[in-house]
Amino acid sequence: MTQVIVETGNRVAGLACKAARADVVAAYPITPQTTVVEQIAELVESGQMNAKYIRVESEHSAMAACIGAAVGGARTFTATSSHGLALMHEMLHWASAARLPIVMAVVNRALGPPWNIWADFSDSLSQRDTGWIQFYCADNQEIFDTIIQAYKLCEDKRVFMPAMICYEGFILSHTSMPVKLPEQKDVDDFLSPYNPPWLLDVNNPVTHGSIVYPEWYMEFRYFMYEAMENARKLIPEIDREYGKRFGIEHGGNIEKYRCEDTDLIILSMGTIASEAKLAVDNLRSQGQKVGVARVRVFRPFPKDEIYNIARNAQMLTVIDRQVSYGMEGPLHSEIKASLYSHDDVPLTAGFIAGLGGRDVTVTDIEKTVNKSLQHLRAGKVEKEVEWIGLRE
Amino acid sequence: MATLKELTKEEYFYSGHAACAGCGAVVAIRLAQKALGPKTVFVVPACCTSVLHSPFPFSAFATPCINIAFETAAAAASGVVAAYEHKGQKDVTVLAWAGDGGTADIGIQALSGAAERGTNFIYVCYDNEAYGNTGFQRSGSSPYGSRTTTTPTGKREHKKDVPMIMAAHGIPYVATACVSYPMDFVTKLRKAKEMVGTKYLQILTPCPPGWRYSTEKTIEMGRLAVQTGIWALFEIENGEFKLNPPSAALTDKTKRKPVEEYLKDQGRFSQLGPQDVDELKRWIDASWEKYKKLQLRV
Repeated sequence: MTQVIVETGNRVAGLACKAARADVVAAYPITPQTTVVEQIAELVESGQMNAKYIRVESEHSAMAACIGAAVGGARTFTATSSHGLALMHEMLHWASAARLPIVMAVVNRALGPPWNIWADFSDSLSQRDTGWIQFYCADNQEIFDTIIQAYKLCEDKRVFMPAMICYEGFILSHTSMPVKLPEQKDVDDFLSPYNPPWLLDVNNPVTHGSIVYPEWYMEFRYFMYEAMENARKLIPEIDREYGKRFGIEHGGNIEKYRCEDTDLIILSMGTIASEAKLAVDNLRSQGQKVGVARVRVFRPFPKDEIYNIARNAQMLTVIDRQVSYGMEGPLHSEIKASLYSHDDVPLTAGFIAGLGGRDVTVTDIEKTVNKSLQHLRAGKVEKEVEWIGLRE
Repeated sequence: MATLKELTKEEYFYSGHAACAGCGAVVAIRLAQKALGPKTVFVVPACCTSVLHSPFPFSAFATPCINIAFETAAAAASGVVAAYEHKGQKDVTVLAWAGDGGTADIGIQALSGAAERGTNFIYVCYDNEAYGNTGFQRSGSSPYGSRTTTTPTGKREHKKDVPMIMAAHGIPYVATACVSYPMDFVTKLRKAKEMVGTKYLQILTPCPPGWRYSTEKTIEMGRLAVQTGIWALFEIENGEFKLNPPSAALTDKTKRKPVEEYLKDQGRFSQLGPQDVDELKRWIDASWEKYKKLQLRV
């Protein structure tokens, strides 16, 4: 019997870690991630979860301990936010290059200064090139399901890469929503036990992470590139398989909403994209042909899906909850890059919104659409980057 | 005390590694492998060992090893320990093997954290008193007066006392050693292996290119370090401090050789003036006063 609970995103992440039977958890508390690690401590100390929990002295050590544990043969989980993720940066590279299927919840939070504990994607998006698969969730059900799916994906021998399950601080982490929890035996059936081919084993001694000269280094990197290409194909397959078993899918690499017969498509990630569904419904009722596509996976980037969606529209409205200083919103850049090699592509307009937890409302989203439609009517985009909701 | 005769003839550290001639660290690795046996997992952060032991696709280690980032030996070892504990595998020794820079400087936070958590592992700092593999830059463990590439006129500060810092964590075992006294090191490692909790050992490993002495003198340098009292062999077992032979006989200042005998063959000290030598002597005497007090306390 599937159980329905009403819980916050963080507590759901902890329950997913338990359902995945993580063997080792190493974590350090940081707002707004704290209730994830508190929940896991509770589960471990009450005997409800059979895991070793290492209460490390920093996030850098959290990731180092996860790496040690994963090489030692343990299914490993951690969670962090913001400055914690930034501190981990070096070890993020190490985890992916050591090809360890570590799964980490990233409770998205802005970076300081000025101090700010609220949501934006500046923490995880600035880790773009660390070799981590990046999922972005839009509700608490997706947090649970994606953590389970991520272990399946990361431990697949065609992938062997780590994954971040990102979700916005407070908006999801501290908001209670109904979540369907599958039966433990069904999760066990979906996830085979972690069984890597290259353990630290005294009966079969190998050296991990040797020094590698230029004659060999590029091949190691090519294998990582290939693994990400494989992940791109496997993510939708795993999502479909999960859907068949548990009755819920999340759109694979990209979730589409009313994207048929459109003039304009909104592209965004996380909860802004789910809020955009309401804007789309409003605009559709006013006769506007508008849809929304939620980019669920930022790495590997779903470039083919983006093109297939974009080719049917004349205008794309991209809303970024992060800015790359000196350029534009990172999602906007990636979308344009995905379209560049094609001829029949729409205009794009980029909007920066919701930094440091500023609300992005249905009205804000409708505003971005209306501005974009003006560009479309003019046949060109005068201002490629616009900030939404700035104080005058 | 273990004897040379009973030490296994089995080699767990193969030839063909990339160490410099006369490397003290390699002597220490070989002894550690023999003392702890094949069921030992090495956790090696950036240090001389990480560049010398396994130029891909080769490895000189006959036991499993994970190389890891500079500041993370103790943290990564915590993860390995947790994985083995979760599996219920109890016959494996986890050994973090780090240099003095990775221990006294960049890795001290992770080491302190692992010790505070009572992580069941052995941490060995092999101390060549500088950042050896990057060309001998100053570390917190470099002694006063020593010339390094970042202290070209000689270091102005004294060596950081990491063994005492580790002892302050209340861990069950802290010990110092020196490659010139191999059976002392082997005995201490074996003792550490039998204890539960965090065990910290710091072994002085003279370094010919860094210390600038001729490569056949590594053992002699280590011996002089101990005989002059600039390096002391001791152990702190469950809080009880004990000087070990031959240091145990050197509490009387007159029994210690003058430090000049240790300094004179090392290029890194060649620029020292009489005042610098006096400062080193003052520091050595103060260290021994500290050891004497610690012994009295027991």
